[in-house]
Amino acid sequence: MSSEQGRIGGKQRGLIFGMVALAGALLFTSLVLLSSGVNPLEAYQLIFLGSFSSPIRMSDMVMLGAPLILCSAGLTLTFAAGLYNLGIEGQMIIGAVAAMLPLRLFSDLPVPLLWLLAFTCGAAGGAAWALLAGGLRIGLRVNEIFAGLGLNFLASGIALYLVLGPWRRVGQASSSGTQPLPTDLWLPTLDKLRLAPAAPIIALLALAAIWFAVTHTRWGLELRAVGMNPQAAGRMGIPATRRLAESFAACGAMAGLAGTIQVLGVFHQLIPSISSGIGLLALLVVLLVRANPVWVLPVAAAFAIFSVGSLQMPLALGADSSIAGVLQGAIVLFALLGRGLSVTIHTSPRIQMLTQRRKGAKPSTE
Amino acid sequence: MEVRVQNLTKIFGSLRANDDISLTFAGGQIHGVLGENGAGKSTLMKLLSGFLRPDAGEVWLDGKPVALGDPGAALRAGVGMVHQDPLDLPGFSALENLLCAAPRWALPSRTEARNTLTILAGRLGFSIAPDDRVAALTVGQRQQLEIIRLLACGARALILDEPTTGISAAQARALFVALRRLAQEGNTVLFVSHKLDEVADLCHTVSVLRTGKVVGAGQMVMPQPQEHLLNMMFGPSSGDHTPPRRATLQPTDRPAWRLDAVTAREGNLTLSGLNLSLPAGAVVGLSGLEGSGQQILLRLLCGRVQPEAGRVLLEGADLTTAGAEAFRRNGVEYLPADRLVEGLVGPLTLADHFALLDRQGAVINRRHAEAAARQAIADYQIKATPMSPIMSLSGGNQQRAMLSMVPAETRALVCEQPTRGLDVASARAVWGRLHARRDAGCAVVFASADLDEILDYSDYILVFFAGRVSRLLPRAELHAARLGELIGGVDFAEVEEHAA
Repeated sequence: MSSEQGRIGGKQRGLIFGMVALAGALLFTSLVLLSSGVNPLEAYQLIFLGSFSSPIRMSDMVMLGAPLILCSAGLTLTFAAGLYNLGIEGQMIIGAVAAMLPLRLFSDLPVPLLWLLAFTCGAAGGAAWALLAGGLRIGLRVNEIFAGLGLNFLASGIALYLVLGPWRRVGQASSSGTQPLPTDLWLPTLDKLRLAPAAPIIALLALAAIWFAVTHTRWGLELRAVGMNPQAAGRMGIPATRRLAESFAACGAMAGLAGTIQVLGVFHQLIPSISSGIGLLALLVVLLVRANPVWVLPVAAAFAIFSVGSLQMPLALGADSSIAGVLQGAIVLFALLGRGLSVTIHTSPRIQMLTQRRKGAKPSTE
Repeated sequence: MEVRVQNLTKIFGSLRANDDISLTFAGGQIHGVLGENGAGKSTLMKLLSGFLRPDAGEVWLDGKPVALGDPGAALRAGVGMVHQDPLDLPGFSALENLLCAAPRWALPSRTEARNTLTILAGRLGFSIAPDDRVAALTVGQRQQLEIIRLLACGARALILDEPTTGISAAQARALFVALRRLAQEGNTVLFVSHKLDEVADLCHTVSVLRTGKVVGAGQMVMPQPQEHLLNMMFGPSSGDHTPPRRATLQPTDRPAWRLDAVTAREGNLTLSGLNLSLPAGAVVGLSGLEGSGQQILLRLLCGRVQPEAGRVLLEGADLTTAGAEAFRRNGVEYLPADRLVEGLVGPLTLADHFALLDRQGAVINRRHAEAAARQAIADYQIKATPMSPIMSLSGGNQQRAMLSMVPAETRALVCEQPTRGLDVASARAVWGRLHARRDAGCAVVFASADLDEILDYSDYILVFFAGRVSRLLPRAELHAARLGELIGGVDFAEVEEHAA
């Protein structure tokens, strides 16, 4: 839980374990590839470099990376507060739904104002949905993991209902999505590319703000204190429950922004699977970076590169693109394994006794 | 069944919880095991009942060495333990509890189990029916069910850990009758307690443990004089306690706290009808065996427990239901015994803590926080840097760090075991700080299991015995032997507040 534990044993040890974890993950993924008759080297070439093979793919990578960064950045806040916000998918969906509201209701307003309204509503919707999970956790002691998962189903249901019901396309109900938005409402994209520069800009600004909040503000420090030891934090006069609720809301707002980007910049309509599993991928990112926003950018970028790169696997190698998921999952799994091992080794009384004896040091009491 | 332990040793980290213990518990008798908290009683009992495995030494049952790998193996060998908090499944009925925890051979069928339960309950005079829901039973009844279960599974040696805590007097009497009967039938009963009168009443022999070792000659035949047992439990008093360095205050001095007819409960212990006035500018030591009620009073004084009845006033203001944060805002600082559990945030640094306490501005002023930490390190001789995570500090340094964070405007300090785990020099340094606070007019209330600490540093002493509280006793009126007696409940009525 405590993000700082690694610091005590020194950064070097963490780096070694990280490298071993990465090697283990690659080895494991190679075995999976070999067992399905795919040459791992060719596969890795696609996974690592495929995203850079054409401008279109690069723009896809950026458009996947932007919401992923937003969700991951939000999750570092809940992670810092000691929470596992598994409801992030649902928060993204409700964010997207909320963003649709002003777009549908006030479509005659000037476009920039509509965008602003959409992002505001998206953030508010995501935050409200997260506070629902937070309220269940804080008020009724429902574990936030279960509350979040339940609310995810509910959110998908709401999106599906809207797509098939009130917001269906004129003349037909199709589960593929609502009527596409008028093109002037789309976030402006670069010529001939699917890249809307606003998306990465918003994501990076949000990430910077969260990094500043966690590392430089009293609020961020209090959040971390609550996450590490709510009792002690309370003794020192920190309003622990309030901080928990705020971290839920802030994370939900980030997810809502991500959902709004999906609507305005990627799909240009509401579709039932508007979250595209990005929230879940962000959970993997956060399991790696934990409460440390500095690492969100590189890890989220790497995951986006893997995901987009592997999309060419079926055509090029006849293998399924889900191998990117295998690699991402394996990295997280091995990293967690490595971290667990490192802590076990560090805290095992037997091993400590051995090392102390070797150093000839007395156990320090003072 | 004869239970014998030979050179039994159990080590936790650097602590020798049981150190080369050799004892023999003869069959057909009730054996008392005495000791203050942390003496190693529970460890010994857990070693005997298979919950822990010894690091050295052996357990012999009826003259044969046995390896008790787990509680199941111990029960098959004939040793069963009744825990202070019964280990049963509250969702089940009494019968289901019996069935699910018993090996197949012991209770082959539901009917048989029902009969066994009814017969054993009748024979022992226990009030349990097979279809009672465990969640609806009292602690005493659950204990009875546990005894029945162990006997049904073939236990011939029963271990009871503080069995009379939290059960009614009638249930305790019923329990004692049943235990005597079991002993008469040839079973061995180990009775772990710190209540001297119960041990005197019930046991054939007594053994005293202190700091993991058997005290004195080992097992002794009861009866034994109470002072003798107390001496063995707490060790000979270190003698010259420095008398209080200041003139004794009048109890009418400006009171910090006043408790009016307060009743409060935590777990299965209740303090009732407490009338108390605690003076400012004095150190009040709470003495008693652990779990006698000191904890409840400490938590009442800082708003962490709210009374069920009565009023708690702080400097005249009624804070009965205000909660811990209001007490804190009114200048009450709580210093818990578990520094890393309730006190400080282990992974955060000293500077982080000072940044948390500095309430000015939204953005952290690192330089400011580090300067405050450096100042504290110098003032309180903390062996650390501002960037040391708290959990990397030793216990004494953590304690000093916690003290250094007490705001200057604090008017009352509530400390739980302020020097637990500290060496002598650190303890003295901590007390130097606490006395400085007192001399500045702050009220200091602390609980300690260490009689020497109570006698050395208190201006007033409150003695707790099984939920009863003495009146505020000026330190000068108490000597070590009398305090030891009071803790054991000897002539406790003499010091109790008489109804006005």
